[in-house]
Amino acid sequence: MTTVDTERTVTVTVNGVPRETTVPVRRLLSDALRHDLGLTGTHVGCEHGVCGSCTVLVDGDPVRSCLMLAVQVEGRSVTTVEGLARDDHRGGQVLHPVQEAFRECHALQCGFCTPGFLMTIAAGLDKRDPAAELTEEEVDDMVGGNLCRCTGYANITKAVHSAAAAMRDAR
Amino acid sequence: MKPAPFRYADPDTLDEALAVLSAEGEGAKVLAGGQSLLPLLSMRLAAPTTLVDINRVPGLDTVEVTGDGVTVGALVRHNQLLGGHRDAMAAARVQPLLARATANVAHPAIRNRGTTVGSIAHADPSGEMTAVLALTGGSVTVASPAGVQTVEWRDFFVGPLETSVHGAEVVTSAFFPALPPRSGTAFAEVARRKGDYAVCGAGVVVTLDQDRRVERIRASYLSVGLTPEVHDLTDAVVGKPVDSADWAAAGALARTLVDPDADIHASADYRRLLVAVLTERTLASAAAEAAARATVE
Repeated sequence: MTTVDTERTVTVTVNGVPRETTVPVRRLLSDALRHDLGLTGTHVGCEHGVCGSCTVLVDGDPVRSCLMLAVQVEGRSVTTVEGLARDDHRGGQVLHPVQEAFRECHALQCGFCTPGFLMTIAAGLDKRDPAAELTEEEVDDMVGGNLCRCTGYANITKAVHSAAAAMRDAR
Repeated sequence: MKPAPFRYADPDTLDEALAVLSAEGEGAKVLAGGQSLLPLLSMRLAAPTTLVDINRVPGLDTVEVTGDGVTVGALVRHNQLLGGHRDAMAAARVQPLLARATANVAHPAIRNRGTTVGSIAHADPSGEMTAVLALTGGSVTVASPAGVQTVEWRDFFVGPLETSVHGAEVVTSAFFPALPPRSGTAFAEVARRKGDYAVCGAGVVVTLDQDRRVERIRASYLSVGLTPEVHDLTDAVVGKPVDSADWAAAGALARTLVDPDADIHASADYRRLLVAVLTERTLASAAAEAAARATVE
């Protein structure tokens, strides 16, 4: 029988770690990540799907975490910017090529929009064949849904190309 | 802002979803992709008492393609109708407008979650899929405790953000009829930023006769008018050979048929101009496709 609830306990894997939290059903995924799970890397800008700052991966696909309810990720796997770097198995971490490229290309200034860009671009590049030529149109499509109000997009698109090249070389 | 408090249910079957909708009354709302509904909740433009999440209902995530047309289930995400996806390629052979219009829907992260049918049920006159449903002469399937019925697009769209669906009803699929023979389509938008709501958009279908002369032209526009409409532009170029038809004349005719509103993005006159320009542009491209298809067929 279907229950109609005002509060629910959500079990979700976040950055590879099983987590459980009890939230009001109206809790947005973005707020659950930040307030209930303490993962403040996911930034909340417009809170209606326009700015892209809150983009996270749900089962590997980028989605706006402000446009999903926390109760909707029950049993699923969420990756936030905190989970983008990989363990180097020597006690440290290796940045994702996109993170490395953002640093190299000065693709961030205040950094507010950066987590959303990183998640969207990382998912976009991870999904494509690294050997294929990266077109400007692909890059525009990848970054077009995210707003940056300080660096402009020149260095961000430069970073996308740089990360793609690094991923091609690392094949 | 945050959504106002509501109650939440995520039933496992369509029957249970309808039962919950019945029990919760008029204040209940169906949640599918949520990419239009959640912004409305967060901006407090809507405050449903209950959300009935249909994401766990099986059988709604399929795209069925037959010679008659394409049936898109209520949980088919926009991305499923785009690019290299298997469903998209099958659908494009029967009705190429679907993928063409979907390419203009928002951004990748939104297309991963948002649904084609949800976009239609949201009934935003700026929506791509509402215009495509109208332009193709499509319909939706509505399930209620009393049974299942088919609603033609004309009866479905009642006003901006308003459809004929009320109470314990769920739109379970949308049907887009196949493109007729010797026909071509095109879709184009003008938006401030790629993926944003269009200031104006146009979708067209051009059909040629056996001698490659213009037989029929239909067009539908986005962000023009309160509900999707289909305009017949045939008279401007009827009987003209496809290679020498004056598409600008069809654009000029379209301009006289539409009645757009002004808002902060554009004046009504500017929208009329965009209607003319986009009509001319899309017709040239659709006619070339129609001619190519007529040759092959």
